Amino acid sequence: MSLDSQPPVAGPQVGADEWVARQAQRREYLPSWLGAGQRQLERIGWWPRLAIAGLAGALVPLVGLGGFQLQVGINALVLALLAVGLNVAVGWAGLLDLGYVAFFGFGAYAFALLSSAQVHIHLWAIASLPIILVGAAILGVLVGLPSRRLIGDYLAIVTLFFGEAFVEFTNNVAPGTLGGPNGIVGIDQVRAFGVQTTTNTAYYYLLVILLVASMAVLRLLDTSRTGRAWRAVREDPLAAASMTIPVNRVKLMAFAFGAMVAALAGGIYAAQQDSVFPTNFDTPYLILIYAGLILGGVGSIAGAVTGALVVTIIYDGLLRSPAYSAYLFYGLILLTLVVKLRPWRRLAAVLAATAALGFAAHAVARAISASWVAGGPQSGGWIADVLRDWVIVPANPQTPGNWGFVLLVCLLIALVQVKGYWRTVLLVPAIYLAAFVWETRLVAEPSITRQLMIGAILIVMMNARPQGLLGTRRVEGTP
Amino acid sequence: MSFFFQELVNGVTTGALYALVALGFSMVYGVLKLLNFAHGDLYMVGAFIGFFVIQWFGGPTKLTIPVPLLLVIMFVLAAVLVGGLGVAIERFAYRPLRDAPRIAPLITAIGISFFLENSALLLFGAQYRVYNTSDFISFSSGIQIGSVSIDAVQIMVLALGAALMVGLRLLVNRTRLGKQMRAVAADREAAEMLGINVNFTIAATFFLGSALAGVSGVMAGLLFNQVNNTMGFTAGLFAFTAAVVGGIGSIPGAMLGGLLIGLAQSFVTGYISSTYTNLLVFGLLIVVMVARPSGLLGRAQLQKV
Repeated sequence: MSLDSQPPVAGPQVGADEWVARQAQRREYLPSWLGAGQRQLERIGWWPRLAIAGLAGALVPLVGLGGFQLQVGINALVLALLAVGLNVAVGWAGLLDLGYVAFFGFGAYAFALLSSAQVHIHLWAIASLPIILVGAAILGVLVGLPSRRLIGDYLAIVTLFFGEAFVEFTNNVAPGTLGGPNGIVGIDQVRAFGVQTTTNTAYYYLLVILLVASMAVLRLLDTSRTGRAWRAVREDPLAAASMTIPVNRVKLMAFAFGAMVAALAGGIYAAQQDSVFPTNFDTPYLILIYAGLILGGVGSIAGAVTGALVVTIIYDGLLRSPAYSAYLFYGLILLTLVVKLRPWRRLAAVLAATAALGFAAHAVARAISASWVAGGPQSGGWIADVLRDWVIVPANPQTPGNWGFVLLVCLLIALVQVKGYWRTVLLVPAIYLAAFVWETRLVAEPSITRQLMIGAILIVMMNARPQGLLGTRRVEGTP
Repeated sequence: MSFFFQELVNGVTTGALYALVALGFSMVYGVLKLLNFAHGDLYMVGAFIGFFVIQWFGGPTKLTIPVPLLLVIMFVLAAVLVGGLGVAIERFAYRPLRDAPRIAPLITAIGISFFLENSALLLFGAQYRVYNTSDFISFSSGIQIGSVSIDAVQIMVLALGAALMVGLRLLVNRTRLGKQMRAVAADREAAEMLGINVNFTIAATFFLGSALAGVSGVMAGLLFNQVNNTMGFTAGLFAFTAAVVGGIGSIPGAMLGGLLIGLAQSFVTGYISSTYTNLLVFGLLIVVMVARPSGLLGRAQLQKV
């Protein structure tokens, strides 16, 4: 067998190992036409995509957003900035940082101290923001120092306690300067280059610019030697060290960059909100940042931004209004059913059975006692009219709603455990019970519903799609 | 000096409580290498179960059954229900992730904790529920040594805590199940090859750990009198601290850590100011972690290549 008798194959580029080239292609795409769209999107380069996204973001206020929508947009951009920064430590360097929200708080408090009447310093943002960034980088390095010795869970605990200590600190130490639980109010606007942001539209554009700039900088970092070093350290610190990568320094850099992005977001947030309070930087907000990052996909800039935008729009936007939240809730149920239930006959059967169950249950309940159905659906819009004769809402919905909630959680756990035919059968009462709990309890308690949803996102995403919406999971190849 | 001894007694009592929570946390970490953030919330659920048992039997002032029976029902019900909840959580959320990267179960645990806390908010509201322990266990029913008083609830907490710790130690060291737990903790795959039912062992550990959390929740309700949906988070943090300071995964370490945290908390509150209690406890943890990452009684793990 002579070697030159084989035809030359369309092989990898010079210098790239064939196995590496094949491995790079081995990715898991979304099913059906979604995957096709994903492949098309990948043909456009990263930078054009960033430009398109930035332009789209800049065009959004032109369609005439109200004050509330604009505020949601600003919150979304702040969260996106935070998620992008968190991605540096968690996604790229693989360091689980549970004190991340403290860097955000540090930026906000530092801006509040440097540019307000609190200690009578009124630095312009162009001067105070660089100071804050340097300070945040130093703080990031200090918090990252334990990562020299601690890895994994231990690092998570230490950083979590750092975050808790920050809240305790701002709450209790130096109430004259930091304001204690009352925080600091009356913070200056962002002033730079002779321009001053006074309106929310200006803040929106400022945040779009900062977000695009941060994304660009982090993209450059990610594709640089440092970015490769982060990934090497994440996969195997020992191997990375033996390849002469300065593991400790690389880890500290990840902390510092993440902290800088967070502090930048914090400064703008403080100026826009005109106030800072310790409770703004507590664990629930940390969990919100994590939810955004995980929903979008850990390790990807675009994923972090998308996840953060989706989470904020759901969390701040839709769940504030009973009509919108009803669209979201029933829409999500329908979407899940359409995507997950194949073939369509089964889908149709489940929907028909659910509708029949609802009307039958409603009729039976009304026949027993009129007060059982006296409540009426509490979500707004046309959905309420459609559901009036379908869902049972008692006159006093709280206690039945609570029992329904407990039962629903049990039913959902059972639904995950059973397989095959029984799963489809259990689905019908589960959907009806979900609608019942929604109409009796959840829609009336939007602030609790939002938190429950964030918790559910974390649990469900980790179990169903750990790589997030936009992340792509590499499929382990068989050598 | 009597103030010192009074604070000592209070510190040891709360320390025993934290030690119990920390024990369950440490056991779960031992077998699954998972920081179960939901552990503190299981403790909160236990406290609520105790509260509803009191209400069920006529409320604190008009109890329809004798007090010892009430206490037994409270503890047993809290242990069984919370233990069951723990097993359900393990089955539902952690088992599918057993071979996933370490970050996945950790984030799931945070999600579970958040979900439980807010479910409690939805079901029970944000207001504090009060046990009114003094209505059925009188303050004067304790022991008086000089000017230091130890009331009956403290004695009960200490005695039950000590009994549970001894029992757990015997269970882990002397029984077949304990041996299986230690085997799974040491090497899950090897244990499986030796015919140990790993799923059952992990579920049993979760049941025991969560039951301990439920029991200590009832104790906390009796001792501190107030229960609320956020109590689990702070207690969970203190229990982490206790487990980590003592050496995570080590059962005597968790006891030692719990006592240390309880004493530190009580003396800082008594002699300095309650404002700085949490800050100092967190500071203590960070110092111990940085100086001795394996904890006081933990054994440093050798990294194998």
